[in-house]
Formats: sequence, C-alpha cells, structure tokens
Amino acid sequence: MTEPRELGGHAAMHEPLGLVVVGAGPAGMAAAATALDGGLRVALVDAGSAPGGQFWRHPPDDARDALPTEDLHHDLRTYRALRTTLAAHERTGRLILLLDHHVWTAARAADGFTVHAVDRGRPPEERAVVLRAPALLVATGAYDRQLPFPGWDLPGVLTAGGLQSLLKGGGAVAGRRVVLGGTGPFLLPVATALAARGAEVVAVCEAAAPSAWLRHPAPLLRNPAKWAEAAGYAGTLARYRIPLRTRTGIVGAEGDGRDGRVAVVRTASLDADGAPLPGTERRIEADTVGVGWGFVPQLDLLLPLGCGLADAGDGTTAAAVDAGQRTTVPGLYAAGETCGVGGAALALSEGRVAAVSVLTDLSAPGRPGVRPLAAERRSVARHRAFARAMAQAHPLPSAWPAWLTDDTTVCRCEEVTAGAVHAVRDGGPATDHRQVKQLTRAGMGWCQGRMCGPAVHCLVAARTEPYTPAERLIATPVTLGALADSVDSPTDATSSEPT
Amino acid sequence: MEVVIIGAGIVGAACAFHAASAGLGVTVLDRGPVGAGTTSRGEGNILLSDKEPGPELELARLSRDLWGEASEELGPQSVEFENKGGLVVASAPEGLAALHAFAARQAAAGVRTERVDRVGEFEPHIAPGLPGGVHYPQDAQVQPVLAAAGLLRAAVRRGARVRTGEAVAAVTGTGGRINGVRTADGSVLTADAVVNAAGTWGGEVGSRLGAPVEILPRRGFVLVTEPLPPMIRHKVYSADYVANVASSDEGLETSCVVEGTRAGTVLIGASRERVGFDTAMNPDVVALLAAQACRLFPFLRDVHLLRAYRGFRPYCPDHLPVVGPDPRVPGVLHACGHEGAGIGLAPGTGALITAQLLGRPWRGADPAAHTGLLPDRFLTTGGVPT
Repeated sequence: MTEPRELGGHAAMHEPLGLVVVGAGPAGMAAAATALDGGLRVALVDAGSAPGGQFWRHPPDDARDALPTEDLHHDLRTYRALRTTLAAHERTGRLILLLDHHVWTAARAADGFTVHAVDRGRPPEERAVVLRAPALLVATGAYDRQLPFPGWDLPGVLTAGGLQSLLKGGGAVAGRRVVLGGTGPFLLPVATALAARGAEVVAVCEAAAPSAWLRHPAPLLRNPAKWAEAAGYAGTLARYRIPLRTRTGIVGAEGDGRDGRVAVVRTASLDADGAPLPGTERRIEADTVGVGWGFVPQLDLLLPLGCGLADAGDGTTAAAVDAGQRTTVPGLYAAGETCGVGGAALALSEGRVAAVSVLTDLSAPGRPGVRPLAAERRSVARHRAFARAMAQAHPLPSAWPAWLTDDTTVCRCEEVTAGAVHAVRDGGPATDHRQVKQLTRAGMGWCQGRMCGPAVHCLVAARTEPYTPAERLIATPVTLGALADSVDSPTDATSSEPT
Repeated sequence: MEVVIIGAGIVGAACAFHAASAGLGVTVLDRGPVGAGTTSRGEGNILLSDKEPGPELELARLSRDLWGEASEELGPQSVEFENKGGLVVASAPEGLAALHAFAARQAAAGVRTERVDRVGEFEPHIAPGLPGGVHYPQDAQVQPVLAAAGLLRAAVRRGARVRTGEAVAAVTGTGGRINGVRTADGSVLTADAVVNAAGTWGGEVGSRLGAPVEILPRRGFVLVTEPLPPMIRHKVYSADYVANVASSDEGLETSCVVEGTRAGTVLIGASRERVGFDTAMNPDVVALLAAQACRLFPFLRDVHLLRAYRGFRPYCPDHLPVVGPDPRVPGVLHACGHEGAGIGLAPGTGALITAQLLGRPWRGADPAAHTGLLPDRFLTTGGVPT
C-alpha cells in the first residue's frame, strides 16, 4: 500500500512511528501532543478536513477567514495551544497529520498494529494508505443517539449533533424555525448556537424533569465550571426567549405535502416513564427539528480488535480501560467518548493520560513526571463522576416506544417499520438487534445500524442490558477500486524508507 | 420417537422441518439464537456447479429439489429464494478446456449444464476478453437466516419445540444406547435419538456425546457492497473456485465469486484460511477479494464496500459432510461438516437424517443411496477417528 503523501523530506521520517492516533478531536489532539512532547513519532489521522473533532469542528483551514465560527466554540484557548504544539512537531517531521483520511479497519500485526485508511483529500480520487506502529490509540468519539418517532424520516429532521456540525463546520443554519428535542445538556449549546446565527428556536423539549440533576448533587458541586457553563446557557436562552420545556418530548412530525419537508412538530408532556400524557399534545409550526438522546461511543475500530467492553451507565457500552486508558488488548489505548460519553474536558485529560501510558509502555525517554499525571487522573475521575450523574439525570425514557405506530420507520436505510421489528420479536426468534437485522434487514443499509441500532436494541432486548453495537469489520464505506489498487502496488513506507 | 437436534442453524432447522413433518417428536436445542453461527455468515448458496460427481453431488441434487419444495411451502419471498443460475467463467483458454471437461462429467451425473461461448451476452458488465464459461441453471440462493427461521417456524407448526441451552453430555442407558441429553443448567431432555447439527462446533458436541468426529474450521470473508440497481444477473465465479473448494492446502486461498442479491447489494467472496477460530480481521484478504472482483466486473471499482463478515466453515478431513448414525453410540446421528455448502445441502441432510431415523426412505432420501456420507468412513475398529 502507498505511503501517506504528507510525508516530507525530514530526517525524522526515517524513524519508525511510535503511535498512531485515530481521531483528532480533543482526546486525540491532547494524546498526540503529549506523546510527541515525550519523544515519540506520531501519526494523527482524522476523516475531517481540520483537526478538532466534533467539539472543535472547524471549516477547512483555507476557508476559515470567510466563515467565522469562533463564537460557537468553548475553550478555544486549549484548541489553539494544541494546534500550535502539533504544528511545531509537524514542521520537524515527528508528527504526520493525515486529514481527510478515513480509517476503514485496524488489525493486529506481529509488531503492533496496522491501520488502514483511504485518503479522500483529492476527490474523487480515493487512495489506500496503511500505517504501522507498536501502539494504537482509538479516539473516535461518539455519534448522536436517535430514537424514532412518526415523521422522523422527513426532510428537515436532523440530529442535534448534525445541526451543530453544520454550524461549526461552515456556519450553515439548517432552518428558520427550529424545535429541539431529546434529553441531555447538549441540547442547550445547540439551541444557543442556532439562535446566535439567527434561527428562531421555538422550543427546547427536554424529556427529563428539572429536578433530576438534584438527585446527584455531589458530582455537580465538584465541577463548578459546568455550573458556570449551564448558567451561561440559561442566560442565552432567556436573552433569545427560547422556552425550555422539561418533561416534554417530540412525539411526531408532519410534512407540508409539497416538498415533503417537516412543517409541524407534535410535542407532548411526558409521564415519569416518558409516555405521552393524553390531552397535552401541542402542534408547533417549524421547518427544522433537531433531536438528540445523548451519544453512542464509536467502537467500530475497537470491536474487531477484540477490545473488552464495559457498561457506560447511560444505556451504551464503551471501551473498557484501566486507569491509564489501556484497553484489554496490549498496545491498544482508548480515550475520550469511546470510553463513555463525558465531554471535551474529560476527553482532554484521558488523551493525556493515554499518551503517558504509551510513553511508559514503550519506555520513551520523555514521559512527564508523576505529579502532572496524578492531576490528570483526578480530573478524569471528577469528570467521569459528573458524566455518570448526567447520564442518571437524563436517561432514555423507558416508555418511548409508546410514540411509535406500526408503520413508523425504524431503519431509514432499509425502510423497516416498527411493526416489522415487533413481528420478529413477538412471533419469533429475535432477542437482540443482530437477529432483527438478519430477519428484517434493519441495520443492513448505508449507516450499518449506527442510526437505528440503539432503538432496535431497546425494542427487543432486556431493559437493563446496555446497547452493544454489532461488530463492523468495515468501519467506513470504501471503494473496491481503492482496495484493489492497494494490492497492485503493495508499498508501505510510513515506518521505513519512503519509496 | 423423540429426537433432540443440537443446533438451530440451517442444518438443524432442516432436520427439524423434515423430522417433524414425518411425525417425530422434535426438540431443537441451541446455546444461542437461530442461525447465529456459520448460517449467518455466508451468501446462502444452493449450488450444483461447484461439486464434482460423488456422494456430495448426490446429496446436493436431492437437496436442490427439496429446496424448491420447501421454498414453495414457506413462500419464496419469505426466504428470498432466487433461482438465479450460476455462471462459471474461465480466465484462459486452457482453463476453459478443463472447465468443459468438468462440466461434462457433472452432466453425466445429472446436472444441467449449458456451454456459454459469449459470456458478455450472459453478463453485460463482465470484463471483456474472457474465453467462455458454463451456465448452471439449477444454482440458486436463499437468505440463509430467513431460511433457517422459516424452516424452524414450519417445524414448530408441526409440533417441534425450540429450546435455548447448551448440550453438555449424553445420557445413556442399557447397551450404551442414548436416552437423553444433559444441558448446562442440569436438566435432561429425554430422547430416543440425538442429532449433532452443531456445524463448526460439531466436533466438540460429538465429543460431549461420546461420539467424536473431526470437524475443523476454515475461515472465510465475504464482502458486501452498497445497494445497486441490478448489474449482475447470476452467481458468477472463476473456474479456480472449484479447485479451492476441494483443496486441503493450509494457507490462504482466494477465488473470485461475485453475485447480486435481491436487496441490490453485491456479494463478493471467497477466501479460505485454516487459522482455527481466529476472528481477527485480515485487511489483506479483503483487499485481495476486492481486486479479484474488480478484475471480473470492472464497474465495481467505483462501488463502495459497505460491510464484510467472516465465518468458519465446518469441514471434515475429506471435505464431505458427515451424515448418519454413529456406530459407537447407538442413537447419536451426525449432521455436520458441510463446509461452505451447508445452506444448499440442508434440506437433503434433513430428509436423509429423517429417513435414517425412520428406517425407510423419506422425501426421496434413501439411506442406501448415501452411504458415502456415513460416519463409519472415519472409524477404525477401535472406535476412534482415524
């Protein structure tokens, strides 16, 4: 396979890679910076066109001046500091930053790992690239958890994260009148960002009760920065007159019959289990809906490597890691949302802790002292406790399937309805989402169940069981031609002399 | 007669379907869900084209007829039965001569074959310049998990029971004859006969029943593309596939098998590796399969690979399935070791097992006509596999 084209003419590139980091969000950037400072040669790989991940999603560097997005971000000081550090290491050839590179699989090799990506930096060309290193850090983040409702497949219904990505990535506002729904604190920054860009946010429907946070006050009190952040959102919501409706859910959306785009959102008050209360339904005119039920860790690269999993406490499973962010597979590390959703501050600390473990395990010369590491580990513990409290305050309402009708589409790619899923559950052998997939094709389409998997899981599995995604050997679609060419020209030079 | 069938894959489901149809009392036991093993990891092939004349082809011919009947009963749509036909192509003139000779022997054994001189007329998007091929109109396909679930549901309608549990030992009575199976939770299922339909795990289950058979895993990857409009009409494969199927080489073998499905995806195989039950992803094999498929169908270069799956084919040392009563433990019958042909061979196996249980022919399956598949062939007088 071919070497990454970013390799320059530096002396450092004759050194072998010590670490490949997949994902250049907060966790991956922090890990790469720490590992580079510690003396390792690092490849940092990301599918995006700029570093930052979802949290610090930016327009491509060459378009940034035309598309100001700074006001949409938090803690840009840390982002800039990390980019400065990374840029310095890139100049010396110690960092290979591979943007627009989509990793489709990673595999164990005799001396570590091979990471297989396709370079989509010059479309439509797609070029296979392979990286080899003794250590691999997977910091691939998380994606929006979706629950279906009648009309969720209409144009104009997006994920909350998708709305935020459009804003941060290019300043695009998806609609004029927006209703947000779901659960969790993430709905608030999306609402304020939309309002700041001129959209009218008609309502934010939060399924949880306002008192839910008070059940676990200790972790909240230990994270004063989160209070300040929440207060900031509250102020912004008030300034733009955005109503925050708690114990309220989006239970349906209707199109306008012309271009089919969403025109009306139906909301309802929810009982303690999340079932709509009769007589409370409201119809709200809107052209855009953003829905988010928290996030699902992106484990696609980790599962085929045999990485052990742990219950993340929010209905999902995450990579099981030790206090040093080591997974159960030697040489394989995970940091950030792959270890359970917990936000950017946690991801940064986990990234640094992971990098220190890599430096230690590879006996690198420049590992940092004991004291900074202890501080990072305390930070991880504090933020993890906060994330657990958030998860408990914002659970998936157990009665959400009450919103579905038999003809509600559950799998959008393959157009499988709730009725079809119920049929294989009730009439037959399906006891998990993998079986439902085999029997109904739910989850067999383009998104490979990333969208419908958690919902199908809820419909068929025992309530207490967290969602574990099906193993996906191909983490992202890749053209057969790119793979074929990698066989015809089998050179691989990231860890040796460039060809 | 009460029969316990261990394994709810396609073979166990077909055994249950036929045994229940014959009026036997049937309990299907599996540690996991229906069709969760090798059944769910293949393309769903029902092939005559890749089989040389002999005991396996005889079972395959019977099975092909029974698939036609079963899919009529279950509803061809419900199991995605597709009578698509196979097209085997040669890549060079020498290969074509060998292919024609092979097809002539198959035709003499009762397989319908048609010589194809211009493969481009059969498959408009196939690579130009191929010297020729053979069309096998009887080759077909089902969606294997739907098929297993459908057969099992039909068996349940006829009184069969399905239980989740793991068989750990045989319970034997006088003369060593089996009279039940003990499960991991300590309960006993009484039975006059136990059918080992545990697929790739049939060796282990056989040992637990006191009737070991040598079943080994042969790993394979299958690639699945994005859904497309119909581009490939038949199951198309290169002539070297046949040689690989029958091969005992240790290392990696790949041959090119490409076909469209009703769902619009294109399935690409086939690799064979003897690596035990190693589940690791092998990116090099995936790339090799992609390259072979792009050579056979150049339009695939721009098509996205959406997913890949791997499974473990269960094979016996002589690459024939083992179907029939085990002489060492009266009441134990084996129905496993079908390698990559389990979907195609399942109904024939189910009918043959039923005939052996009944002691008379059943649905065209005459035990006297399929003695080449009996477990006896592995056994010496000492009762251990040779």
